[in-house]
Amino acid sequence: MFSELPLLSLVIWVPIIGGALVLAIGDQRAETAKLAALLVAFLTLLLSIPLFTGFAIDTADMQFVEFRPWIESFGINYHLGVDGIAMPLIVLTTFTTVLVVIAGWEVIKQRPSQYMAAFLVMEGLINGVFAALDAALFYVFWEAMLIPMFIIIGMWGGPNRVYATIKFFLYTFFGSVFMLVALLYLYVQAGSFAILDFHAVNIGMTAQILIFLAFLVAFAVKVPMFPVHTWLPDAHVEAPTGGSVILAAIMLKVGAYGFLRFSLPIAPDASHALDWLMIGLSLVAVVYIGFVALIQQDMKKLIAYSSIAHMGFVTLGFFLAWAIAENTGSFSGAAMGIEGGMVQMVSHGLVSGAMFLCVGVLYDRLHSRLIADYGGVANVMPVFAGFMVLFAMANAGLPGTSGFVGEFMVILSAFKADFWYAFLAATTLIIGAAYTLWMVKRVVFGSVGSDAVAALKDVNGREFLFLAVLAVGVLLLGLWPNPLLEVMHATVQNLVEHIAVSKI
Amino acid sequence: MNFEMSQLLPVLPEVFVLGMACAILLIDPFLSEARRSITFMLSLGTLAGAFLLTLGLYGEADQVVFSGFFVLDGMAVLLKLAAYVAVAVAFLYAPRYLREREMLRGEYFVLGLLGLLGMMILISAHSLLTVYLGLELMSLSLYAMVAMQRDSVVASEAAMKYFVLGAMASAMLLYGMSMLYGMTGSLDLAEIHAAISAGAGQPVVLAFALVFIIIGVAFKLGAVPFHMWVPDVYHGAPTTVTVYMSTAPKLAAFAMLMRLLVDGLGGLHAQWQDILIILTLLSLAVGNVIAIAQTNIKRMLAYSAISHVAFILLGVLAGTEAGYAAGLFYAVSYALMSLASFGMVIFLSRAGFEADNLEDFRGLNERSPWHAFLMLMVMFSMAGVPPFLGFWAKLFVIQAAVQVGLVWLAVAAVVFSVIGAFYYLRVVKLMYFDKPTDVAPLEAGWGMRMTISANALAMLGLGVLPGPLMALCVAAMAG
Repeated sequence: MFSELPLLSLVIWVPIIGGALVLAIGDQRAETAKLAALLVAFLTLLLSIPLFTGFAIDTADMQFVEFRPWIESFGINYHLGVDGIAMPLIVLTTFTTVLVVIAGWEVIKQRPSQYMAAFLVMEGLINGVFAALDAALFYVFWEAMLIPMFIIIGMWGGPNRVYATIKFFLYTFFGSVFMLVALLYLYVQAGSFAILDFHAVNIGMTAQILIFLAFLVAFAVKVPMFPVHTWLPDAHVEAPTGGSVILAAIMLKVGAYGFLRFSLPIAPDASHALDWLMIGLSLVAVVYIGFVALIQQDMKKLIAYSSIAHMGFVTLGFFLAWAIAENTGSFSGAAMGIEGGMVQMVSHGLVSGAMFLCVGVLYDRLHSRLIADYGGVANVMPVFAGFMVLFAMANAGLPGTSGFVGEFMVILSAFKADFWYAFLAATTLIIGAAYTLWMVKRVVFGSVGSDAVAALKDVNGREFLFLAVLAVGVLLLGLWPNPLLEVMHATVQNLVEHIAVSKI
Repeated sequence: MNFEMSQLLPVLPEVFVLGMACAILLIDPFLSEARRSITFMLSLGTLAGAFLLTLGLYGEADQVVFSGFFVLDGMAVLLKLAAYVAVAVAFLYAPRYLREREMLRGEYFVLGLLGLLGMMILISAHSLLTVYLGLELMSLSLYAMVAMQRDSVVASEAAMKYFVLGAMASAMLLYGMSMLYGMTGSLDLAEIHAAISAGAGQPVVLAFALVFIIIGVAFKLGAVPFHMWVPDVYHGAPTTVTVYMSTAPKLAAFAMLMRLLVDGLGGLHAQWQDILIILTLLSLAVGNVIAIAQTNIKRMLAYSAISHVAFILLGVLAGTEAGYAAGLFYAVSYALMSLASFGMVIFLSRAGFEADNLEDFRGLNERSPWHAFLMLMVMFSMAGVPPFLGFWAKLFVIQAAVQVGLVWLAVAAVVFSVIGAFYYLRVVKLMYFDKPTDVAPLEAGWGMRMTISANALAMLGLGVLPGPLMALCVAAMAG
């Protein structure tokens, strides 16, 4: 019965229209508004489940396709569809939004209906980014996403929120406009805005390099990659907990998704020519940012930097293909790198989201994010401590948790490319363990640090709920990643075959 | 001169507006203060009537009447319709503001209608003479409107500045036209086009004519380096006049640009393209960068207007039908955005309080979430963020530039629009992230509230469905 519904349109528009309704209910009836927001988020999650269950895993074609002319004089269409790369990310988005709504339930006192509405609208827009098959439509969702995030950080963020949110907006806006010019150039070349037509069009080397760089600016800012990552710690630190979760779990993914959807298939030769740059920047992110994370005093900043390091793994996995081909003579190992990056994305979405929620739980009680203000939390909040240690282990990439799978796959394919790539990438297992576990040691373990900590209460039912759900997700993906891998396999294989062919 | 009654049909809207403007001028002095709304209703009725008359002409074949002085084509019809809407919205914003400043008399409306008549003539001009005639009628009305607030020093200064500079620009334009006439021997734009294509005239004199004409047009558009009057006049004029003069006259100026450069001097495209590129780059840079330093929102919007003009020029200088259509789309979109932004300034103002400082927008979300949201849409639209109208306007223009290979110019345009995003964001920041300093209740009546809501929601509506408007623009420029 679900196959007849325009599921992709629904997961985009139900939250957006629902968000408008929540806004209309207003702050005077805050409880109703929150309830409505939860209902909308939950309904969207339910609507996204058939995308997963009804997904045909044996084809790389777009599925659940919807097509409707939109701006006919320019050949712009309302064209939606998902493949094995986009679909898991949509499910991740709908799943995370439910948690974010629950997480903000009691905490947000100021203008709760606007808060909930902003998250719902953003959910719809992000789903639109992943589902769009028309470049203009993609760009609309991509940019529109900034507006709710701008409001979220600016209204409910910490003391320095205004600086952080304007920096966030201008950084990402600056990155995107170059992509816009590149998309228009491609439109002129391909004669259509369809992304799949862009994949097929042949482009010369100079143009490819320029296009690649334009996309790189846009996506690298979002991922974020070194050296354009500096907005992320600011935005994360100042954002409310829900904002941090969405930023880490989903916003960063749209950048990485862009590499798979645009950079690699549209400019494969430029990707080949510049893969040293991408691998280099990824390794810098993994190693250098890892060390930066080590010295942070602020828990949120630490997790923010660890996010950058983990996203370095994702981009590393994506751009290993040519190095592998040169080293082994075939592209056969390349798929594993890309799949590893994808698994890492989903896993990072769960783990970093969970870490930010953990910090949020502490922050709501003590209103401090500084590691030094805590200590011995395990003594007063045993249940919470259990969760936090689990997520920290996942963050450090412990086998059995989701964090391990992706990192392992990427390191494995890095070995096929070059020993030193793999060596540097593998240092993350040490650095990552160092910064995460050291933080956990200082926050959770030891003797009770202060009277304030001694007075802490353990998690309530609401907090237990979202932490437990995430814990199940982290373990499930760690122990049995196969369903996720199966979904993306055909698509990734197709992508590797596509990029192996020169377009010049 | 051969005259037939059927020639009157294309000019019927002009005749109607003229007649009604004269009638209102005569009726208004006999109305008591309490009945002033009759003037207002009559003015709106005039606009509605003109709209219907022009709509009746939509889709007719292009025709040139009155011995080649007047043209009715797709562009003319569309621009006139847009101008009626712009003037009507400006009128709808006006009454309360004018009453509170004791300016609610017939003059504002009559001058507004006469200015509109000038724009209509300019839009339909097919001869250098009609261009000048329309331009002067429009400009003289505008000078008088700016000066309407007699006791205000700022307004008088603005009017004086506007008049002196405007007269100079008109003189330049006239000088350029005279050279053009000397070289081609005709005032008719089509004949000039043909003569230049046939190689008539000395290149040096033509180049001079071109430069002088562009100066005249650039002044009316407010493009750098002929922009000096824009911030002062926008700031000094009563806000109801600012809202009027920042919208419909821009449409007319766009028409003037198209008539003179494309219809008349199309053969010199290679030359004027270079000149317009320079104007575009300067306008982008000056408009966007200096707007950041403003504390007065009317001045800020004036500099933003300069940067928007750059985008209109960018569309036109591409020199393709797609580019002209994109420029037209941009001009119409800009008129809507400008109406809404200045409308919001009027909305917040009250007796003795202009609400024209950025600070006055502080904490609007707490005073009225709905109006803060409307302003948010307008600001993001102006910044060119989807899904709002302003994004599509920029997209189409940039696409036209990319299509003719001006990728570097497109990149420059988008980079400057990122710089420009900053000052629009600042307004949103003030409204949403700051606490209100002014807590007086918002006084506007329901008419104002409805208009501003509809105006701002048009950003979203046309942003989600820009197709029909774009199709109209493309059709208007086709052929």
